Parts: sequence; structure tokens; C-alpha cells
Amino acid sequence: MRVMVFVKATEDSEQGMTPSPELEQMFVDMGKFNEELVNAGILVAGDGLKPSSFGKRVAFDGPSRTVIDGPFAETRELVAGYWLWEVKDMDEAVEWVKRCPNPMLGPSEIEIRPLYEMEDFADLIPPEAAAIHDGVGEKLAKR
Amino acid sequence: MAADPTHRAIEAVFRIERARLIAGLARMTRDVGRAEELAQEALLAALTDWPKSGVPDRPGAWLMAAGKRRAIDGLRRAAMQERKHAEIARERDDERCMSIEMIEAEIDDDLGDELLGLIFAACHPVITPEARAALTLRLVGGLSVEEIARAFLSNEAAIAARITRAKKAIAKAGVAFEVPRGQALAPRLASVLEVIYLIFNEGYAATSGPDLMRPPLCAEAQRLGRILAGLMPAEPEVLGLLALMEIQASRLPARVGPGGALVPLPKQDRSRWDQLLIRRGLTALARAEALGGGDGPYALQAALGACHARARRAEDTDWRRIAGLYDRLRAVMPSPVVELNRAVAHSMAFGPEAGLALVDAIADEAMLRSYAPLPAARGDFLLRAGRNAEAKAAFEAAAALAGNARERDFLLARAASCVGNRG
Repeated sequence: MRVMVFVKATEDSEQGMTPSPELEQMFVDMGKFNEELVNAGILVAGDGLKPSSFGKRVAFDGPSRTVIDGPFAETRELVAGYWLWEVKDMDEAVEWVKRCPNPMLGPSEIEIRPLYEMEDFADLIPPEAAAIHDGVGEKLAKR
Repeated sequence: MAADPTHRAIEAVFRIERARLIAGLARMTRDVGRAEELAQEALLAALTDWPKSGVPDRPGAWLMAAGKRRAIDGLRRAAMQERKHAEIARERDDERCMSIEMIEAEIDDDLGDELLGLIFAACHPVITPEARAALTLRLVGGLSVEEIARAFLSNEAAIAARITRAKKAIAKAGVAFEVPRGQALAPRLASVLEVIYLIFNEGYAATSGPDLMRPPLCAEAQRLGRILAGLMPAEPEVLGLLALMEIQASRLPARVGPGGALVPLPKQDRSRWDQLLIRRGLTALARAEALGGGDGPYALQAALGACHARARRAEDTDWRRIAGLYDRLRAVMPSPVVELNRAVAHSMAFGPEAGLALVDAIADEAMLRSYAPLPAARGDFLLRAGRNAEAKAAFEAAAALAGNARERDFLLARAASCVGNRG
């Protein structure tokens, strides 16, 4: 199964990165952890995200589309980075996350969310709709 | 037991560590069956201790220490019985390596060599490719005998016997649990890659059984390929095989139509191809080529897959490039099937007459004489060349050789469609 693993933002991560020995060490530790994920064959993709001050939101309400500039207030709900992993089950994903070095200098959280798989959709949406859905995903991926 | 969250966590840790644990214990005991037992004993020890003491900081090192301690206890008992003093002296040496700190240091030093050693032992050419595949899935993939039996459409007893025989053959041949060096590496690596691709194909193109594909086997083969690519990043054919599997797997969602029938490549809905896997495949292929491995059999097959992956629509396919890749592939992987595919590629790139010339040159190959796809391809070339009567005869000849009713019906329908046109 595939899981998306989100590293949640903190006040610090929202400030952006300021070089420091601690941050340097964190990069070294995270590099080692990523290598372990690669060698275990579970890492499919992953990246770090810039603070939400670089981000934008688009709010939907009926026909209206309102663009909202970052930064966004609810820091704990923001995402600072992600991985996409291929694991056997959620228990295995949890054990791998426990091995992750502290992703932030202060207290922080990582959230694991399983992806919908083909089987989950089989009864939910007709194949044509699934195809259109995939097509949209593909155009996003092409950018 | 499985319902208790602590036990489930311990078992998840064990699954993560199992292959490396067996690898380390097999290297020590030189007996993979014993290594599996010791790993299991280490798990039982963890299930007793960890609920009380908590999961240790380095669970892998803890399990390895528990397994090695038990291995030495076993050796000591055997030695005491036989009163072999030399043996006891050797154990004392081993015992010095038993502290968790030493094992942690060992694990930090080990850049995956032990796991690689296990993979190379499980894929040793002294056992048949099918037995290698079963043993690799059991030892490295951690699949249960039941899961392997289901994957290979076999029964548990047969798979269990196959695995037992394979372990005995490895023990009898005195196979070292190490990565071969120098000139020995290339043929042994080829054997490993063959096994991984066999597992992938077993999942991708099931030759029998109710479902045409068994994607979990594909996922397991891809995982093995990714592990190998992580541990042997400078071997171009490892990257070539990984690229080939990622690109082929990208088509899994589009490969089965309503009713479970296989959808051929030109008819697939390309918007359903997994673009993430395609990107991973293209990246791995680029790395293989950068290492000078562009002419390896797996890299060339991956490059063929990449040509299809790059084409947004079937009619955008770069057939000249594909024809050129087949010209190179036949040099490194000569086979009648490659020749036939090459003829098809040339017909698409340079016209049906070019395909006909190539297919007629190989028609007498013994292996292809009763191979339905050959007259079927001929029929296709002839039809495209407007020689309908000859095309009809070719499709009928192909139908007579067809392996199953569905294929025969399809070919007879093509034969019937040749009537009433030119020729």
C-alpha cells in the first residue's frame, strides 16, 4: 500500500531556514534516514516545502474563486514536507516514522495517511470518471 | 496476539528487520534454515521483553544480539557434547562480539552488504530460477509460504518443499552469504536480476489462473529492485532492470479492461498510466545510460518501454527509435521473439514490406515454427500491404496454432475481415 507521510509545520519552520549547527546536523540525520528508506525499497517520492508565506490558497464558494496569499495562521495544520512510501501496512509505516530523526528543532508532528488504491474505487465511481480523474492527476504530474 | 497494539508494533518492527536479521545470522551460522529459526527465536524474546521494557532505541541491533546469543548457545551445547576444545575457544572469540554496542557499530559499518549477501545466496545458480524466486520472496521479501503459493498458483506443500530443497542445495554447495567479487560478480548478478524479473513477470503477465495480473508480486519485485539499486548504485543493469519494471508497472492501471480482458498497449487509455512510476523509470534509465550501460539487455528493454511512455498518444510513438533499439537488443539478447518484435517495429517505422522481409528471414527458426504470433504478425503486414488473400491465409495459419479459444476466435475474426477488400 502507499502512504503519504506529512511533516507538519512549526512556528520555526514557518520562519524559513536560518543556517545553524543544529540545522546542519538535522540535515545529516535526515539524509541518513532517507538513505535507509531507499535501501529498504520503500521511498517512492518526497520533498520539503517552503513556508506558507510563499504559498497561496484559492477559496471556493459556488462560482466564486478568491485567491488568498500566505502566510496562513493555523501553523499546526500546515505541511512542511512529505514523503510517498510503499509499505506493507499502516503498522509498518508507523514503525518507520518512529525511526525518523526529529524533523524540527522543537516539538513537531508527522501524520501518515494511506492513499486510496484502485480497489477502493472499484465500487465507488464508474471507470469513465476514474479515467478523467487520473487524467487530471497526470496533467498535474506533467507540470 | 495480533490485536494487541504493542504486539502489532513489535511484529511490524520484526518485518522491517527480518531480512537483515536472517542475513547476519546466516553469515554467522552458514545455515539459512538455522538463521530463520534464530530470527524467530529473537522475535519471541522481543515479544516477551519489549512489552515490559519498551521497544529499545535500536531494535534491529537488539534482535541481532538476541539471535547471535542464541546461535552461540547452540554452538556451545554442540561443542560441549562433543568436547571439542578448539570449538569452545572459537566461541569465546565470537562472544566478544556479542555486546549491543559492538553489534550497533557493526550495523553502522554494514552498508547493506549482509542483505546483499543474502540476496546473492538466495539467487545462487545452483538452484532453479523458480526455486530462487520462492526462496528470495520468503527470505528477503518476507512473504509467507501461503502467500508465495497463491502468487505462483501452487499449493503450500509444493512451495514449502521447493524452499526446503533450495536451502539444502545452498548448504550442500557451501554457498557463502557474501557478495561475489571480481569476475564472479557479473554472472551472479545476472542470476539475481533474472530472479527479480521473473517475480515481476509472474505478477505482470500471469500465464494462467483467474486473474491475469497479480500486482502484489510486481510491487514486491519493484521493492527488491529498489533495494538492489540502493545498495549497488553503480551497476547499470540493476538500474536498467529497475527502470524496466517501473515503466512496465506504470501501465498496470490501464492494462485490464472491463470483464478482466487484457488491453493491448496501443489501445490502452494512456491517461491511466502512472506518471510517477514513469518518471522514476526514466530517471533510473538515465542513470544506467550515464554509467555507460545503455546497451545492457535490461536498459535496452527499459528504453523500449520509455519510447511508449513518452508518446502521449499511440500515434505519436517514435517507431524509428524503437526499430533502432531492437537492432541493438538483438545483438546482446538474441532470441526469436526479439527478432519478431524487431520485425513489427520495422514495419511500423518503414512500412509493412520492411516487416515482411524481416519476418520471412526468421520464419524457419525451430522455436518459431509453432509460434502463433509469427503468422499473426505476417497477416498484419500483408493486410497493411493490401495483399488480403495472403493475409487471410496467414491469420488462419495463426489461428490453428493459437494457445487458447479467446486468441483463436480473435485471429479467425481477423481472417474473416480480410475478405471483400482488395487482393
